[in-house]
Amino acid sequence: MRNRRLINRHPSRASAVWLAALPFLLVAAVYLIGSDMRLDANPNDKLLPSLSKIGDTIHRLAFTPDKRSGAYLFWVDTGASLLRLGAGMLIATLGGLAIGIAAGLIPYARATLSPFIAVLSMIPPLAVLPILFIVFGLGEGAKVVLIVFGVMPFFMRDMQLWVQSLPGEQLIKAQTLGASSWHVALRVVLPQTMPRLLDSMRLSLGPAWLFLIAAEAIASTEGLGYRIFLVRRYMSMDVILPYVMWITLLAFVMDFVLSWISRKAFPWSKLGGH
Amino acid sequence: MTKISVSNLWKEYPGQIVLERVNLDLHEKSFCSIVGASGCGKSTFLRILLGQESQTRGLITIDSEPLPADPGPDRGIVFQRYSVFPHLTSTENVAFGLEAERAPFLGRLFGSARKAALEEARDYLSAVGLDHAADKYPAELSGGMQQRLAIAQALVKKPKVLLLDEPFGALDPGIRADMHALITKLWDENDMTVFMVTHDLEEGFKLGTRLLVFDKVRIDPDEPGAYGATITYNLPLENKNNNELKDIQNLDLKKKD
Repeated sequence: MRNRRLINRHPSRASAVWLAALPFLLVAAVYLIGSDMRLDANPNDKLLPSLSKIGDTIHRLAFTPDKRSGAYLFWVDTGASLLRLGAGMLIATLGGLAIGIAAGLIPYARATLSPFIAVLSMIPPLAVLPILFIVFGLGEGAKVVLIVFGVMPFFMRDMQLWVQSLPGEQLIKAQTLGASSWHVALRVVLPQTMPRLLDSMRLSLGPAWLFLIAAEAIASTEGLGYRIFLVRRYMSMDVILPYVMWITLLAFVMDFVLSWISRKAFPWSKLGGH
Repeated sequence: MTKISVSNLWKEYPGQIVLERVNLDLHEKSFCSIVGASGCGKSTFLRILLGQESQTRGLITIDSEPLPADPGPDRGIVFQRYSVFPHLTSTENVAFGLEAERAPFLGRLFGSARKAALEEARDYLSAVGLDHAADKYPAELSGGMQQRLAIAQALVKKPKVLLLDEPFGALDPGIRADMHALITKLWDENDMTVFMVTHDLEEGFKLGTRLLVFDKVRIDPDEPGAYGATITYNLPLENKNNNELKDIQNLDLKKKD
């Protein structure tokens, strides 16, 4: 270890775990100390609620039925949000994949679609949200369409670029093996886009959540984003904080699952090469 | 026997003539080695034969039929790299050609038909000495093994013409010698005409039954693109003591690089 440059020194496994935990522990400690100090000064302080207060709130929202509706609000919100997110991501992924492959593989489709996609992807999705509410009403449609509108251009462009980056030799080779354009798309290009598609989905999850919460904040009657913005009026940090952590956890799990699928389902993609 | 005829072939790009007045008639089963300096149009000639590019003028016929405009199963190809599909195992790579032919809609066979195709593919794998790598992905194979796979893939279509674009250029010398033995054996066993572009004159001599040298006859020093290359030597290699051959052996192909 002596006299090695900083860039050449690597932490051991155990110290890597500690180092990874350090920022989390620091944030938690700062919160707890701050919360303690504020509650000492004013027991009714709402800005940094104590852990027990947060625990009570989670228990009330997730494990006791709401007094008015009889529903378990936390789970109703989670279900509604996940459904919107799932529907939006599904449509955006499949649509982006189909259009991206077409634009990447077929010169006529590329000439027709490429400029349009480029312009489309420059429109700020939130700016058209009012239009979506006007056109699709305040129901589920507008929220799902916002997610689709927000992430699909990225899928289209990413898939198109990826398909165009496949070695031309492969496409020629497939033709000399008797493959039609359709065979090339289905058996050479489509399977090779799959690992990339999963990576793109992971990258799109952040924006997708953003658009979901934005849409829910503006017009909704349930959903994780709706709840956060609803209780903001009462400064209910005891609700907002666990909801934010829950959203983070959900996003993290989705990311993990997608990367796991990519590793398990497409072993060839991790072998190196193209 | 495949008859190949090229008559008065020209290939021009804007401001540049790559090939001019290329004529060739092959009546016997041949292994044509194509050599020439870099940028002399030998790869362009191969791409035209393949159908990847089209000629500006002239006619190519295979068994008296004009060459189809697209790459097709009558003309196999092995590139220097990237000719195998990374997402398919060796066996699946070879079976691809069979599946494309037998499953016009999905390009993919299922059940017993798939099993039969994979079985057939394994025969081709053993013909190129890849039995032990049948279930490996290309990225798990060495460069030489990947080229063997690319050859097996092409052979499954029983092409009339096999085009090799510097197929062994990226391989180690020892592996290259093995590949030479393999390709000679496969050419002997199959009824196909081989065109091999190579940088390596020695390799061209060793493998070919005919040597095609591409070169520019006319050169305008002020405008290098004004004249194209053509076939300057077209020689059978059976009699390796031919005087003209000795001339070519002394040619320094690299001096024009």
